[in-house]
Amino acid sequence: MRTYLFMRRNIKEILRDPLNVFFGLGFPLVLLGLLSLINANIPPEANNPMFEIKNLAPGLAMFGTVFFALFVGVLLAKDRTSSFLMRLFTSPMRASEFLLGYTLPMVIMASVQVTITLLASLFFGLSINLNLILAIFVSAITSLLFIGLGLLSGTLMNDKAVGGICGALLTNVAGWLSGVFIPLELIGGTFQKVTQVLPFYHNVEAIKRAMNGNLSEMAFHLGIVLAYTAVVFGIAILMFRKRMNGDGL
Amino acid sequence: MDAIKITNLTKKYGDLLAVDNLNLTIKKGELFSLLGLNGAGKTTTIKMLSCLTKPTSGDATMLGNSIKTNPFAVKEKIGISPQETSVAANLTVFENLEFIAGIHGQDKENRQRNAYQIAKQFGLEDVLKKRAQHLSGGMQRRLAIAMALISEPQILFLDEPTLGVDILARRELWAFIRSLKQKVTIVLTTHYLEEVEALSDRVGVMVRGKLAAVGTVEELLEQTGTKSLEDAFVSLAGGVV
Repeated sequence: MRTYLFMRRNIKEILRDPLNVFFGLGFPLVLLGLLSLINANIPPEANNPMFEIKNLAPGLAMFGTVFFALFVGVLLAKDRTSSFLMRLFTSPMRASEFLLGYTLPMVIMASVQVTITLLASLFFGLSINLNLILAIFVSAITSLLFIGLGLLSGTLMNDKAVGGICGALLTNVAGWLSGVFIPLELIGGTFQKVTQVLPFYHNVEAIKRAMNGNLSEMAFHLGIVLAYTAVVFGIAILMFRKRMNGDGL
Repeated sequence: MDAIKITNLTKKYGDLLAVDNLNLTIKKGELFSLLGLNGAGKTTTIKMLSCLTKPTSGDATMLGNSIKTNPFAVKEKIGISPQETSVAANLTVFENLEFIAGIHGQDKENRQRNAYQIAKQFGLEDVLKKRAQHLSGGMQRRLAIAMALISEPQILFLDEPTLGVDILARRELWAFIRSLKQKVTIVLTTHYLEEVEALSDRVGVMVRGKLAAVGTVEELLEQTGTKSLEDAFVSLAGGVV
């Protein structure tokens, strides 16, 4: 019950901020429109399929979920700095209820966002099939990586720092190193190797493979993202518990 | 009956001894004010008593429950109004109250009834649908205290409850705090000495982590040979009277 009430409160806090609604729902759609327009103007002889809807839709599905690091990070940081969290720490709420209360609403909202992005992609030529449901499910799972990063940032930093790290830095890093905005194969070399070590490229690939119904390759890419997610979430839980116990953080 | 019994309570942050071997008993229904200069150890003491930080050594029992071995039982019985307003900015006044009642285990019917009731007591009934971030500082402070009380705590910690509110709002809050005396055990920290004189049954003065003196205002005046609480406090804190 406490988890549900805390989830409900967190959803209201986020959705009542118009900037969150714009970045959460509107921004991926704006990018979808703009990049589809660019794609329509790329001549066929350029042989550049990166903004074709079958590549663009999974990329934007991933990119939209990056903003949930910002949302949860800023929410948690503000709760800490306003002492709202201090008030809740003196209530009978347990650490697991806090963490679920912050995480689950983000997963739900990320799923809604990805669903809207993919549905909108249908108007730009994405073929409709049952694999889209799998892609939404995979996106919801991979969004946990960003939610974990947000929880970690919000536990350790104030809301302005979280805005810088999760807003400016993470969105750029995830955008550029995932291949959503630049063709990684064309750049190649060390840059491409770095992108393959980090989780962002694999995040997009997992969603793309889910959309194609290629389950074995999807599992490979998803496994890499989940390994990163486990580490990030593990550290975030540890730090949050330390904060809750007042252990000098 | 004792509401709070503190035994050799100590908190160290590295080499810094924030609270040094504190021993104190506060009776049920008493309003106890904790005074001290900045860094004297008041907030650390309150944080330990409200289970926000663990003591390095020693213990305290809150209505019989140890803060070390039974913190969740303690949390069922306490309420806190921190120094910052500590409200959920994008929730309405009613939602803030209902939310806090809910996480303390009240069912929907009870928490809604209690939210209306306490909002009325604190003069918040006209702003029930207003988001907390749009309230004035004084109204936010009222809401913060109402949120601390909606769970019907037996022990209430008020950390600088009237900080930043105007004189009329302060007097209203004093009247409300007075009305709680005998029903709720209150631990108050404040820098306003007139607030201490107006409200407290007893006063404790902390100096460099230690409890330098405890007693009624009259007892502190007698102990220090001074004529005002301010002089008594300055004398105990090591300043020049």
